[in-house]
Amino acid sequence: MSHPDGVDLASLSVDELLTKRKGLRRKLAARENLQPIRIAVLSGSTTNEVVDLLELRLLDAGFAPTFHQSEYGRFYVDAVHDADTLVQFDPHLVYVHTSVRNIQRFAPMGCSEIEFEEHVKAEISFFQEIWTSLEEKIGCLVIQNNFEFPPYAILGNLDATIAGGHTRFVSALNLECAQRAASNSKLLVQDIWSISARIGLDQWFDFERWFSYKINTSLEGSHAIAISLTAIIRAMYGKTRKVLVLDLDNTLWGGVIGDDGVEKIQIGRETPVAEAYSAFQQYCLSLRNRGVLLAVCSKNNEEIAKLGFEHPDSILKLEHISCFKANWEPKHENIALIAKELNLGADSFVFVDDNPAEREIVRAQTDGIAVPEVGSDVAQYAKILETGRYFEQISLSQEDYERAALYDQNTRRTAFEGKFADYGEYLDSLSMTAEIGRFQPIYLERIAQLTNKTNQFNLTTRRYTLDEIESILTDPDAIGIYGRLRDRFGDNGLISVVLGRRTNDILDIELWLMSCRVLKRDMELAMLDTLVGYARGMGIAILHGHYRPTKKNAMVQDHYPKLGFEMVSQNPDGSAIYSLEVKGFAPRNTHIKIMEPANE
Amino acid sequence: MSSDDRLPEIQEIFRDVFDDPNLVIDRHSNAETVPDWDSLTHVNLITAIEKRYKVKFALGQLQQLHHVGDLLDLLDQKLASK
Repeated sequence: MSHPDGVDLASLSVDELLTKRKGLRRKLAARENLQPIRIAVLSGSTTNEVVDLLELRLLDAGFAPTFHQSEYGRFYVDAVHDADTLVQFDPHLVYVHTSVRNIQRFAPMGCSEIEFEEHVKAEISFFQEIWTSLEEKIGCLVIQNNFEFPPYAILGNLDATIAGGHTRFVSALNLECAQRAASNSKLLVQDIWSISARIGLDQWFDFERWFSYKINTSLEGSHAIAISLTAIIRAMYGKTRKVLVLDLDNTLWGGVIGDDGVEKIQIGRETPVAEAYSAFQQYCLSLRNRGVLLAVCSKNNEEIAKLGFEHPDSILKLEHISCFKANWEPKHENIALIAKELNLGADSFVFVDDNPAEREIVRAQTDGIAVPEVGSDVAQYAKILETGRYFEQISLSQEDYERAALYDQNTRRTAFEGKFADYGEYLDSLSMTAEIGRFQPIYLERIAQLTNKTNQFNLTTRRYTLDEIESILTDPDAIGIYGRLRDRFGDNGLISVVLGRRTNDILDIELWLMSCRVLKRDMELAMLDTLVGYARGMGIAILHGHYRPTKKNAMVQDHYPKLGFEMVSQNPDGSAIYSLEVKGFAPRNTHIKIMEPANE
Repeated sequence: MSSDDRLPEIQEIFRDVFDDPNLVIDRHSNAETVPDWDSLTHVNLITAIEKRYKVKFALGQLQQLHHVGDLLDLLDQKLASK
């Protein structure tokens, strides 16, 4: 559930976090069941900004942090010679935050290889002294960041290769840090070497802030440090994310498999878009290989959805998916099911979906789940996921590499009990407005196109040519209506078409289709209201709804009964006719505001 | 647009940074007259304003800010030369 205090850090930019920090902190600190944690920050620069941002992130992650900060530049003295205050503070964690500016002695220009090695050893010993002292005096975990490259490469490219180059010195020092951490389970390295590179050194350093306040990094740099620390601390306390829940259409492959068919989905090497989906699948598979479980949560027919994984170019195979949910129920309900079946809390899930409305409801209805704003450009999904640092671990075991294999998608299947009472509230929160009206010349092409490509929400799957659709405009016995739906995430465009023809006082509905992207929005109720309105105006007494089953439209077999139609007849092939009396019909839609078309 | 026209926006930023919805500032406000305006909050304020208006104050300019009025004038000058 999104928290009742309404604070959602994921939706705020770093600028907003900084500006509204005090108010956010006040609200977050009022949350219940926060886990206290004492963190000492020993630093070679001014760390208040990093600590401020870290505090917000940790509060949001369920911790109640208290901080002890060394005076600027006193990281060595406070750890080694003057540690009384630190010891009294009794930290759960010490973060030694130093930067390339705090390196004591670089190897001098023109030195020999041997001198270079000696300088690297001397420098790492300086830091080792800090870690050893902290181990002896406190004994808690220590996070030491490694070092970003220097702000300038005085020697240009040579800076990276010759013994006196600072760039080379930083590389050597960082390798030493890695080796020390590998042999010391109490020492964790925060990889600022990479973090700064991702941001870019020119954006990482901020000279005005260094000269004015002794802050080493830009605001963006401080924020990246805080995000990374939060991920490490979550991992220390076993709160790391474990499951990646994936949508299918336009998330794992391009296109809508139910409409386009498995042969038309975009995956493989044929087009740039297909390549991008393949790359994202490869990324997901890499996560699985390091112990992150993959689950599928998709609005789809299950059988059809599974065909996507049999596509010869699909990198992900069904066996990689630990839990598979493809149906037409709301996604947050399916996520609750996945949590049950995997026997894991949904607060260890990360959900990826290209559809902002789905992200919104899952975020609002699922306590603690991470729903990054991945957008709808597949080329960006992995990068945005990476930024969140959801799957951080402080160590990896053999079990992690094999975890995914331990889960079988058919195990631990249990019935879903609870339903959310407030789906209507969710619909209201979307602020939906529909434009529904008779066919108009400007829409004819789109309408004809929809009749030819919609397969799932399509009652008769009748295909029409543009001419046939155009003829409806002048046919006095036909009612053709279209629906456009807009919500607060944007315009979904023209997404529904209903077409009926009268014979005396009966209207036969020969076509009713809708795009699946607006499923479960009550759009069909709004279309029915309008259709009945027009029918009434023409003196029609009864609507006949026709259903013709195909391989792909099972999702609408109960469409007419759900709308209150009664079955008139059914054929052995499953096709059926339903009827509804116009007299006494009361409008059904309550969640969508209806707008009359402008130029009818 | 005169530099004072931005005062309401700047006041809004101050209110957020100080978490005080009733805070009122004018050209003469400074660290003496606004409670809690210490050196750390000053950094936050300057950074918040730089980000909000997408400007970057130079070192010399930062040192010459004594009152909110100085800040408004400097901001005006920065935005005019953008």
